[in-house]
Amino acid sequence: MSVQEASRFADERAAVPSGTLGQKAARFKPLGYAGLLAACAAVPFVFPGYTNTASVLLLMVIFALAWDVQGGQMGYNSLGNIFFFGAGMYISAVFQIGLWTDVGAYTRPDGLVKATFTAQQYYIGLGVGFIASGILSAVLAIAFGWIVFGLRGPYFAIGSWGVAVAAGELLSTVEWVGGGGGIAMPAFPGDPGFRKLLFYYMMLAVAVATFAFLRWLYTTRFGLALNAIRDDEEKAEAMGIHTTRYKTLAWTISAFFLGFSGAIFGNIVAFIDPRNVAFPTLTFGIYMVLMVLLGGKGTLWGPIIGAVVFDVIKEVTWTYFLGWQNVVLGLLIIVIVVFFEQGIVGSIKEWRPEWFGIRVVGKAEPATRAEMAAASKAEAAE
Amino acid sequence: MLSNLSVLINAPVFNISLIVDGVLIGAIFALAAYGLALVWGVTSVKNLAQGDFVIMGGYCAWYATYLGVPPLLGLPIAMVVMALFGWVTFHLVVKHVIHRDLFTSLLATFGMAMVIEAGLNLGFGADVQSVNPGFGSYYLFGGLVSISKMKLIAFVLAGLLAVGIVIFMKSSRMGRAIRATAQDPRAARVLGIDTEKVYAFTFTLNAAICGAAGALVVMIWVIHPFIGVSYSIRSFVIVTAAGLGNLPGVIAVGLAMGILEQFGGFIMGAQYEQAIVVLLLLLVLVVRQIQQARVRQVVQ
Amino acid sequence: MSEAIIEVENVSKTFGGVVANKDVSLRVEKGSITGLIGPNGSGKTTLFNSIVGYHPIDSGSIRFEGREISKMQVQEIARLGLLRTFQQTRVYGKMNCVDNMLISIPHRKARLRHIFGRYTTEDVDKAEILLEFVGLYTKRFLLAGGLSFGQQRLLEFAMALMNEPAVLLLDEPTAGINPTLINGLIERLRRANTDFGITLLVIEHNMRVIMNMADTIYCLAHGQLLASGKPAAIQNDRRVIDAYLGAH
Repeated sequence: MSVQEASRFADERAAVPSGTLGQKAARFKPLGYAGLLAACAAVPFVFPGYTNTASVLLLMVIFALAWDVQGGQMGYNSLGNIFFFGAGMYISAVFQIGLWTDVGAYTRPDGLVKATFTAQQYYIGLGVGFIASGILSAVLAIAFGWIVFGLRGPYFAIGSWGVAVAAGELLSTVEWVGGGGGIAMPAFPGDPGFRKLLFYYMMLAVAVATFAFLRWLYTTRFGLALNAIRDDEEKAEAMGIHTTRYKTLAWTISAFFLGFSGAIFGNIVAFIDPRNVAFPTLTFGIYMVLMVLLGGKGTLWGPIIGAVVFDVIKEVTWTYFLGWQNVVLGLLIIVIVVFFEQGIVGSIKEWRPEWFGIRVVGKAEPATRAEMAAASKAEAAE
Repeated sequence: MLSNLSVLINAPVFNISLIVDGVLIGAIFALAAYGLALVWGVTSVKNLAQGDFVIMGGYCAWYATYLGVPPLLGLPIAMVVMALFGWVTFHLVVKHVIHRDLFTSLLATFGMAMVIEAGLNLGFGADVQSVNPGFGSYYLFGGLVSISKMKLIAFVLAGLLAVGIVIFMKSSRMGRAIRATAQDPRAARVLGIDTEKVYAFTFTLNAAICGAAGALVVMIWVIHPFIGVSYSIRSFVIVTAAGLGNLPGVIAVGLAMGILEQFGGFIMGAQYEQAIVVLLLLLVLVVRQIQQARVRQVVQ
Repeated sequence: MSEAIIEVENVSKTFGGVVANKDVSLRVEKGSITGLIGPNGSGKTTLFNSIVGYHPIDSGSIRFEGREISKMQVQEIARLGLLRTFQQTRVYGKMNCVDNMLISIPHRKARLRHIFGRYTTEDVDKAEILLEFVGLYTKRFLLAGGLSFGQQRLLEFAMALMNEPAVLLLDEPTAGINPTLINGLIERLRRANTDFGITLLVIEHNMRVIMNMADTIYCLAHGQLLASGKPAAIQNDRRVIDAYLGAH
């Protein structure tokens, strides 16, 4: 077939059967997104007491989205992405303090040397630290990818987890950043109400950016390549795909957004320590995975829905089951993993595949391209 | 750190103490690793709760002693209680994830680990516990090297247990069924072996092994609800380095790990214990990758 | 056309004590269809795997378009234009057929900026043309994992064509295919060779198929090259017949 003939059919492709739910909903999409954004922006004013809780919820959304790039879309179940969260946290802290004073002196465990920062110093430090957290986390991802990229399956999961744990353990021996005692973040030069708002909106900005970026990313060739690696990496290699390149990039993208989230969270809690706050592999690190499993791996909205549901459940159990949190959490993990493998969105996909544009056997369609051309010619003639 | 190192160089006799201690505790590491390898080889489940099973066994023995039972009897008690626990958790959780993908079973066992840790914490508190069976020590080289008698007994008991398991595997009917299932579950089923029973038995046996290991640990070292993780990592490192189904390898690597940890702890300080364990993990994985890269395979 | 596109010279490969290939040499001529036959266990798939770089060889040399490839990785060799299909058909199960085709677009020219672009209408056109070529056009939006075994095999073949290879190594393409569909598959293989100019190296057990298709046939037995030549000669070669019937 000549090239001429081929492009004549290009128009036919645009004539996708209309009337599916996806099609109808598409018209309302921009409105929907605007509404959602407005709702999120309004939260601190409608529920002022819950601003910090909402910030954590947004953090969970970022966690889930960032993990899914690598875990759900690419199939590399990492238990160690929390490494970048902690890295971002420490990077930001070092910049926030280090721009104006000696970090080593500031973090001394005896706390004798206490620096105070002017408002200007604080905000500049915050800005620089924030930007550095994402960028340097991404650099770390590229630098350390080699440690784990020859591993698959359970070895990758455990190896990545080992990297995160090692980071926590090693940082707790480095006195320059406060060792096991951690770092007290610079005091916020403003009123607490404003502080909550600032960090909430920063977290919201990162969450929105993450979502928007991934939404675009999954429509590109890159998105398809990730899925190919997930479905059959050996096949992808045998077809000449630069798998290492894609794996590194996915890991780097995940690191980028997680770094930012770590910087913001470190400032919210105002005190960071290597084992419990920066590299909490057994809590936040695992939550990342669970939220995505609960919501549906490899989908765009699955991680978000999973994050929201998970966070709500967690908040409820924390309030009413004090002391038994981990038991409930452990049981929740088991239940999610055993019974919710598809996730919420995954189950909906199975139940109503048409909503997602997945064609099911039996729908009538032109048999060949020639027939399709003939049919549209006939239509045009009428 | 350097001063500790120079002690070792200038007074070689201390090396003996570290090596002996390392071997004695390494035997317990090897035991726990063997249990992990057993479950892994037969059911393909990588039990992330292995270390927590061990610690729970330790608490069983501790509690028995608390109730007045002579310390050494804690071992069989721990084994029995843990076997029961293993059987129950198998039917509640593990059974459902055996035939699923590997990550699912990893997370499920992780969930179990969490529940066990939280349960132990709620039940026994977070304090460090230990049992002192009061056997004293042997002193060599004019008092410079002390070898705790309990550690020696633990070593012997671990060895006897290992021998017992090996004999069981080779000569008993269930042992043969286990080995057959490990090699090829489908073929085993075709030949009439009830693989579900084999899986249940294997997991239960592993739990008993963990119980024994834990009882030994609580008598020669210390336990607390959250130390299980390091035992899980140790077992995983040993199995990865030695390879599944390589019992002499598991023993050798286990002993080596014990020695390495003793030296590391002595030279760098006890607060580095967790860090050393995790670094060994990363080291083993990186080395595996390099080895596999030579034959153009990946570690999977 | 006696230019060799693949030259295998004295290749040996042992797997922990088992000699899978011993001193095997063969030549695949550009534009030809070459067959590789031999009883089970004769080392055919091992040789394939060695050629595509799946594992390193112990000794010998493998050249593709004159260039030594025995030390290269699978991806690099694939990007040079040497593709293989798998005995157990492998496709990307959770993506639909069109996406399977799109991701199979040659990656040898891929630069970083291509990674973040979208697929063009030309790409989709080509995918649909090839899907029609193998008869999967109506099924193009179905998930690859839901196709029947034979359909997956056709998809795998289409994906290989999409990748514009110079040579395609096919591992038992007719195995497990309904006999009524074999002719259709053979026809498509022939057309790939004549219309698209793809050289084929085919492992086959189905003698009727390979004897009719191939220009040259190599026969392996016990890891060594037993005989080679035109189909007619091989068919009547006493050693080949003995190898298959087991007379030693």
